[in-house]
Amino acid sequence: MTVLRIAVVYPDLLGTYGDGGNGLVLFRRAERRGIAVELIQATSDAALPAVDLYTLGGGEDGPQVLATERLGEAGTLAEAVANGAVVLAVCAGYQIVGARFPAADGAPVDGLGLLDAITEKSQGRRPVGEIVVESELEGVGMLTGFENHGGLTTLGPSASPLGRVCIGIGNGDGTDGACSGRVVGTYLHGPVLARNPALADLLLSWATGRALAPLDDHRELDLHRERLEASLGRRGRRRG
Amino acid sequence: MRLRTRLAVEATAAVNQLSRHIGTGSGTVAGGRVGLAIAPGALADLGRGRTVAVVSGTNGKTTTTRLLAAALETSGASVVTNATGSNMPAGHFSALASGPREAPAVLETDEGYLPATLRELSPRLALLLNLSRDQLDRSNEVRMVAKRWRDALAGSTCTVVANADDPLVVFGARSAPSVLWVAAGVHWRADAGGCPACGGRIRFAQGTWSCSCGFARPVPDVALEERGEETTAMFADGRRFTIHLAIPGGFNRRNAVMAAAAAEVLGVPADRALEAMGKVEGVAGRFSVHSVRGVPTRLLLAKNPAGWDELLELVAGDTGPIVIAINARVADGRDPSWLWDVPFERLGSRPIVASGERSADLSVRLHYAGLEHRRVKDPLEAVLAASRSAQPGVSVEFIGNYTAFHDLLAKSPLA
Repeated sequence: MTVLRIAVVYPDLLGTYGDGGNGLVLFRRAERRGIAVELIQATSDAALPAVDLYTLGGGEDGPQVLATERLGEAGTLAEAVANGAVVLAVCAGYQIVGARFPAADGAPVDGLGLLDAITEKSQGRRPVGEIVVESELEGVGMLTGFENHGGLTTLGPSASPLGRVCIGIGNGDGTDGACSGRVVGTYLHGPVLARNPALADLLLSWATGRALAPLDDHRELDLHRERLEASLGRRGRRRG
Repeated sequence: MRLRTRLAVEATAAVNQLSRHIGTGSGTVAGGRVGLAIAPGALADLGRGRTVAVVSGTNGKTTTTRLLAAALETSGASVVTNATGSNMPAGHFSALASGPREAPAVLETDEGYLPATLRELSPRLALLLNLSRDQLDRSNEVRMVAKRWRDALAGSTCTVVANADDPLVVFGARSAPSVLWVAAGVHWRADAGGCPACGGRIRFAQGTWSCSCGFARPVPDVALEERGEETTAMFADGRRFTIHLAIPGGFNRRNAVMAAAAAEVLGVPADRALEAMGKVEGVAGRFSVHSVRGVPTRLLLAKNPAGWDELLELVAGDTGPIVIAINARVADGRDPSWLWDVPFERLGSRPIVASGERSADLSVRLHYAGLEHRRVKDPLEAVLAASRSAQPGVSVEFIGNYTAFHDLLAKSPLA
């Protein structure tokens, strides 16, 4: 690849919780390493471009269904994934790339089927708060984030969870998120990559196909440590 | 007035005075809570027989409430208002209990509490400014707020003055029996991309907006013209007013036009209203210069992306030091993800200090915005640190979100 291309998918519909930050974090981390990189804000009024790395954010119920319809019709995202593109989908975006999720009235909506994951309305209280996940992805370790979603997700056999929930709700069964190939979904919404630079670099290494030089991450790691400690107490320091 | 209500009013005054005296609060919430506990129906009781106007929306409520109150005071009546921003039932009760029985009331109202307030107080007028993402850990979806407004206004008798440029406000307001539309502008559109009426996509073009389902911007009764720092209001009957305010910012001038339209509904001519609003200086500590441990500091409040968008417009071009303080307590919203929706990039090159309980989050955000900065967690220390990089005679700018602002304000007298 000559230029690494990153697209924030439909920021006009999916971007409720500062989710656009994930695209910015990926872009800057590539740029700081001297990788030629382009960041595209792919709004829903134009055709989705074919790129190397996509991020999808959270959205309210109506815009979530609208975004799913547009992405399904165009087929670009599924095609790109079949060709090896990397996807990070958070919150409503995670539900969209799954097989099915509920609309505002509870009616099931077909997702894009990039992850073998079915979301249903949570019967209990809406999961809102800090979430800590011990990731099963290589080199990623503890993930810290904030969750706020009305659905719970069950994985099918062809997806594996992103990790085990230490604090919070996530998928609702003690796990959070889903991974399948180079598609990663999670309920850690908003700028999850800002708090977890190791996950950002894993996605970048998939998209570029090369090992990445370390960066001065003292700010990011201070934040990572602070959030883990706030959720887990001092033991977060040891495990983070 | 019922005996129970009268008792509640007296208890409210006593508790508020005590609260102010011992310095535990601004003296509006505690007393109101006591009053409402003594006489649960007293809010409706106190609202009867007087003109009540409510002001709601995500941003600009406190300032617009102050501006409208200033306009109504020109009628010679004393006006009761919740000037410090206690915008839920306890604050309303304290405000209504604070003055003469017939005094007109201008009440800032939390957007989530607007439906209950409409039911209890049957206000004569509701001034609806804007709706955007704010404290999503509490309200989850801004669209739900708009839907609740719509349902509550459908059954009300009040006249609504509403912002025609904000699709979510229009969706919430248009069910009211009588609406005066003001084209007050909206900079922040990221929450209005999906049509609240049909779920389709709203298109913004050439100063107007519409959806294919027919939901579209209403024809405004009052239009605005903005040229640089000059804002002109144009009423449907041809009257034009240039807005001159002592408080800064295009967003405040736009809010003043909405308040002027509201004042006319309540019997105060717009020219007289605007003249009175022009004399309003600091509003609940905002916009004015305070002494922070001896450092002259202009205090500003921004608590969500839309509010930041407006303040960044105000401070763009300044080169003096700026302190940004972010907390994430319950009153702020516990999720500071919204920092990534704020275009901090526009701060440009100036000394920046990241502060507050969530300064680590802010520092990472500023780093990815490409902005050099220092991080000093304690806001007082941060202002002192910032002052060391100030040129003589240049004050420090401090922008805090809700609790960060109020904590510093409580420690900082007017300069």
